[in-house]
Amino acid sequence: MTTSHESENQDMQTSVKPSSLADVANAKAPKVPGTAALGTGLETRGVHAWFGKHHALSNISLDFAAGTVTALIGPSGCGKSTFIRTINRMHEFIPGAAMAGEVLLDGKDVYAPGTDVTKIRLQIGMVFQKPNPFPSMTIGENVLSGLKLAQIKVDNKDDLLEECLERAGLWSEVKDRLGAHGGSLSGGQQQRLCIARALAVRPQVLLMDEPCSALDPGSTLRIEDTIRHLSDTMTIIIVTHNMQQAARVSDYTAFFLSDGGPGQMIEVAPTSDIFSRPQDSRTESYVTGRFG
Amino acid sequence: MTMTPTPTKPWAASTKDRTIDGAIFAGSLLSSYLVVSVTPMKGKLAYFACFFIAYAIFTTAFKGIQRGNAAAKDALVNSLVAIGAIVTVIPAASILATVLKKGLPGISFGLFTHDMALATPTDPLSNGGLLHAITGTLTLMLLSLVMSVPIGILTALYLTEIKGRFTAPIRFLVQAMSGVPSIVAGLFILSAILYPITKAYSGLMGALSLTILMIPTIARTSEEVLNLIPNDLREAGTALGGTQWRTVAMIVLPAAKSGLVTAVILGVARIAGETAPILLLTGGGDKVNPNAFNGPMGSLPYYIWKSFNAGSPEAITRAWAGLLVLVGLVLFLFTSARFLGTRKVSK
Repeated sequence: MTTSHESENQDMQTSVKPSSLADVANAKAPKVPGTAALGTGLETRGVHAWFGKHHALSNISLDFAAGTVTALIGPSGCGKSTFIRTINRMHEFIPGAAMAGEVLLDGKDVYAPGTDVTKIRLQIGMVFQKPNPFPSMTIGENVLSGLKLAQIKVDNKDDLLEECLERAGLWSEVKDRLGAHGGSLSGGQQQRLCIARALAVRPQVLLMDEPCSALDPGSTLRIEDTIRHLSDTMTIIIVTHNMQQAARVSDYTAFFLSDGGPGQMIEVAPTSDIFSRPQDSRTESYVTGRFG
Repeated sequence: MTMTPTPTKPWAASTKDRTIDGAIFAGSLLSSYLVVSVTPMKGKLAYFACFFIAYAIFTTAFKGIQRGNAAAKDALVNSLVAIGAIVTVIPAASILATVLKKGLPGISFGLFTHDMALATPTDPLSNGGLLHAITGTLTLMLLSLVMSVPIGILTALYLTEIKGRFTAPIRFLVQAMSGVPSIVAGLFILSAILYPITKAYSGLMGALSLTILMIPTIARTSEEVLNLIPNDLREAGTALGGTQWRTVAMIVLPAAKSGLVTAVILGVARIAGETAPILLLTGGGDKVNPNAFNGPMGSLPYYIWKSFNAGSPEAITRAWAGLLVLVGLVLFLFTSARFLGTRKVSK
């Protein structure tokens, strides 16, 4: 748990002064993109999204290099969640939804005709805002549920189970009660269980939609810890309202904003730049806490 | 040293409060007795009615004097709610008591081992039994369950999961179907299947009409249960790479299991005592008939109807015994289904 202590100290040093966010972002070891052998990463080109007639998202082009963590920040309703839901094709479940543009995973458009959408979702995992373990399953069954859902056979389930829970930082807490119900865990543990569940199908990309917004500060730090460890082996995109969190965990930060019309991406840069020398005045106002 | 204080319940009713409550209760009893003896009203019902009215008036008046207007209204509504609950329980308890009282004398071991093939309804009770009726009712229930549970739950899944183009008309039809009188379902099978096609009474014909009655109950209740399953779970399942069917089968249905069991129980409750279509379609029969597809089939409602019609004291006792067995059977099925449904969920 040494890493957890470090992050707590970091948290205390940074306190709430916005200017120190840049220090937090700088304090992290710089990450060289693409070091992990994880494919060539994810790219969106000119992505738009609509709900019925409502144009929710306009022209988002972003590169997510393999093995990096990108934070999406911005006020509520600016289309961050909609954007990540277009990446793993969850957007299309909303009645009346429409989209335009390309989402390229290893150079292939996930919206190309003939694409097996369930395969896409195996490669691009997702963790939701509210912890949602499957209520009819035990902790162990929850972790392995993705394999059963996608009908994937693995040889030694026990090893996989331990590995996923270990990587999600939950193993030591639940190893003696894998047969208990997922609902018997605390909120923070449930969210880490959901992360473990997403890891079991070995995704290349992990989307996290405000994964800590329903959790206490202690659980939040543990999940941030987990995110940093995971970024060695996968590409992570995290939507967050917590700018300290963005500063702590991400390599890159993209700022989204809606000026009453569709949500747009205002600026994307290495996280330390976004917090120390943002190019756009609106970004600066937001990260220094003047609005949003 | 700090002393641990003694735990108290300052909000609990004091002895004085309880005395007052007792006095109001006794006063209501007394005044209902007085009112009934002074006025021309007669009977138990009059006592009950006067007691409830007196109780409501006394508590309201007393609380009003003691604590003011708001407390008086509170007391009035409280006593009305209590009265409503009691009034609801009285008929149900009274029916159960009557069935027990009149049915128990007719219950004997032979009742469950013999049928009426060699006995007439007017024979002494030692002759014959209702084995044919019990097996018949169980067969009818089983057959209708086999047909209506898949159809009902699949309909509910169409309405909640697929939400296709026909959702609105299907929902409307299901709602309209749940109001179909049972005799209409019976006549439908009679005129659409029995007369033109099979031309013979059988258990299957009865089960078909019961299925028509069961499907809307199961479909509507299942739909409500499935709607309560949070959408988060469906999204989580799909986001993990499950197809819609795998997600529904592995996550949505197991999460809704105890509610679906309730839906099936309500469906059985809808048909357990159904008599009209049975009279039209099964042909009765006094012999145990294990084949639901051929030959007339007895059932408990039919047996009860036939015995009451026979009119002799023995036959009437048989009818009450049959009623008791029917009530017991339904109670048993409900309890075991409830037990199974909850046990598997809390595994």
